[in-house]
Amino acid sequence: MSRPPAIAVDQPASFMFSSAYEPAVEKVIAKYPNGRQVSAVLPLLDLAQRQHGGWVPQAAMEHIACRLGMAKIRVMEIATFYTMINLAPVGKYHLQVCGTTPCMLRGADEIFRAIRDEIGIGHGETSDDGQFTCTEVECLGACVNAPMAQVNDDFVEDLSYENFVGFLRTLRNGGDMPVGSMIGRRSSEPEGRAQNLGAVPTPTCFDPAKIYGVDAIGDNTTPEIQSAPTSLAKEGGA
Amino acid sequence: MLDDGDRIFTNLYGFDDWGLEGARRRGDWDQTAWFIRQGRAWICDQIKASGLRGRGGAGFPTGLKWSFMPPDDKRDGRPHYLVVNADESEPGTCKDRDIMRHDPHKLIEGCLIAGFAMGANTAYIYVRGEFYREAERLNAAIDQAYAADLIGRNASDTGWDFDIHVHRGAGAYICGEETALLESLEGKKGQPRLKPPFPANAGLYGCPTTVNNVESIAVTPTILRRGPSWFAGIGRDERNTGTKLFCISGHVNKPCNVEEEMGIPFRELIEKHAGGVRGGWDNLLAVIPGGSSVPCLPSDVCDDLPMDFDTLSSHKSGLGTAAVIVMDKSTDIVNAICRLSKFYMHESCGQCTPCREGTGWMWRVMTRLVRGDAEIDEIDMLEEVSCQVEGHTICALGDAAAWPIQGLLRHFRPELERRILEQKKVA
Repeated sequence: MSRPPAIAVDQPASFMFSSAYEPAVEKVIAKYPNGRQVSAVLPLLDLAQRQHGGWVPQAAMEHIACRLGMAKIRVMEIATFYTMINLAPVGKYHLQVCGTTPCMLRGADEIFRAIRDEIGIGHGETSDDGQFTCTEVECLGACVNAPMAQVNDDFVEDLSYENFVGFLRTLRNGGDMPVGSMIGRRSSEPEGRAQNLGAVPTPTCFDPAKIYGVDAIGDNTTPEIQSAPTSLAKEGGA
Repeated sequence: MLDDGDRIFTNLYGFDDWGLEGARRRGDWDQTAWFIRQGRAWICDQIKASGLRGRGGAGFPTGLKWSFMPPDDKRDGRPHYLVVNADESEPGTCKDRDIMRHDPHKLIEGCLIAGFAMGANTAYIYVRGEFYREAERLNAAIDQAYAADLIGRNASDTGWDFDIHVHRGAGAYICGEETALLESLEGKKGQPRLKPPFPANAGLYGCPTTVNNVESIAVTPTILRRGPSWFAGIGRDERNTGTKLFCISGHVNKPCNVEEEMGIPFRELIEKHAGGVRGGWDNLLAVIPGGSSVPCLPSDVCDDLPMDFDTLSSHKSGLGTAAVIVMDKSTDIVNAICRLSKFYMHESCGQCTPCREGTGWMWRVMTRLVRGDAEIDEIDMLEEVSCQVEGHTICALGDAAAWPIQGLLRHFRPELERRILEQKKVA
């Protein structure tokens, strides 16, 4: 195992978005008003990270700075501020285990123990074969399925020592990564049968007269609606 | 217990189709244009009448917030923006995730109605970066809505142009604070801004902006469709109305998300839906009723504790995001709160000194208190420092870091003293 430096020592000399990523880059930049393209910096860092195998090299930050017309230091300070941007290589499977109180109460420690026993790594470490990196992260927002972990883009939930060891073995043997609940829950419903929503009630059609009185129907003919001029909406204001 | 017929989120668990067809079957996108034709002020008035309070934690009246946006006759040419806060990161909270992945059209339709009500032609939905699959699902639903002309140019045949963009964050709790979220959306570090100016005057790109929680926006179409008096008729009193998504985590037999009536008694909530406290009701030690930021409450107040904004704040706690974290008697309560202190230390953006330094200091003292390796008067010092952090920072993260500790000291001080005395005996 090894503990990588915060910023990788070996850096590639250059970085360009590949033709596979270029359409996504263009699409992201177009979301923001003219003159506000800097807004795209986080999404572009994310795309760069995906293209570069899980981390963002310095050259990518320079490229993004150039592309969005910002100072390189601004990109750098953003890349270091947000925890999901990795500045050094991570394993093929990034095991991000939630350690915050709701997961801790339900046994997050057991999940770290499973990783330690099975892979031999702890927080911040990468296995020698480059397959696994373990990171303790803060609340990932799946607290009713605790304990849980995020592995690459997916959540694995309702973990225990035993089922997580099984999960790690599956990955190590090259099997497909299971996602979602490890105990067969669909999502956030109570285990077993939900006490409510046995059947989805069919809603009745909205009837303005019934809800807002008969007079309300008369208002139907007074649309005074004008969108702000499109040019303004696209300008992005002051 | 809330009647099934009064549920807003009828596909909370994702057993039905999340897509447009399923959403329509569940009543979404039904005559949306009619509401828009009633005008901006009408929509705000209905939401005010429903008593809806913001579902993101602070509980500010939603209709009132919308009405702060400049009205049509006071527009100065700047575009207006609706920004939806889907940066759900408060420990214990996982409700917006279910809305985005299982009922995304409620959110999209809500964006159109709320956006129109505040004169905005553009909405940005800021989704926390870790919710990659949820953002994917939301994008797919937005594509469906564009393809069906429900949003976009002349959205839903109303004459109003409306665009929705999803923006993913990248792992920073502080970006759930509305001005930090705006900074992040503008491509900067997520560090909160001083207020005033408030976002309704100068928000995203310096333009009038309103930031709302996902749940607040997603409930509005149903409120309008069933009438504000229906929503106001649910709940404990006129200041705490409607239905609310509760996230029940921790030491319960069946942790779950559930939509329930505002003001449902705590015991009923967890016994009906979450299978009760692990080891039985008498095994309850404490509960954090509204996400990690609110002070914990001991079991003796929990018996028929109504879960609503005003009751919980009268107990010096809060409803927050309605993320109920249950702790049974096996819990090391000091360690549980200490872990929250570590969370706030990790998530402090570093802008204000009391928070940047205070969160780390408080965590270090807490780690010693877990072991009892401290002096009795350090407990008082911890309380004093927590009060010096609280209220002395730009945003509420400083408060949020102080409150769990203050709750611990208020209700579990004898436990802290016991550990210190025991440690001294050993030494």
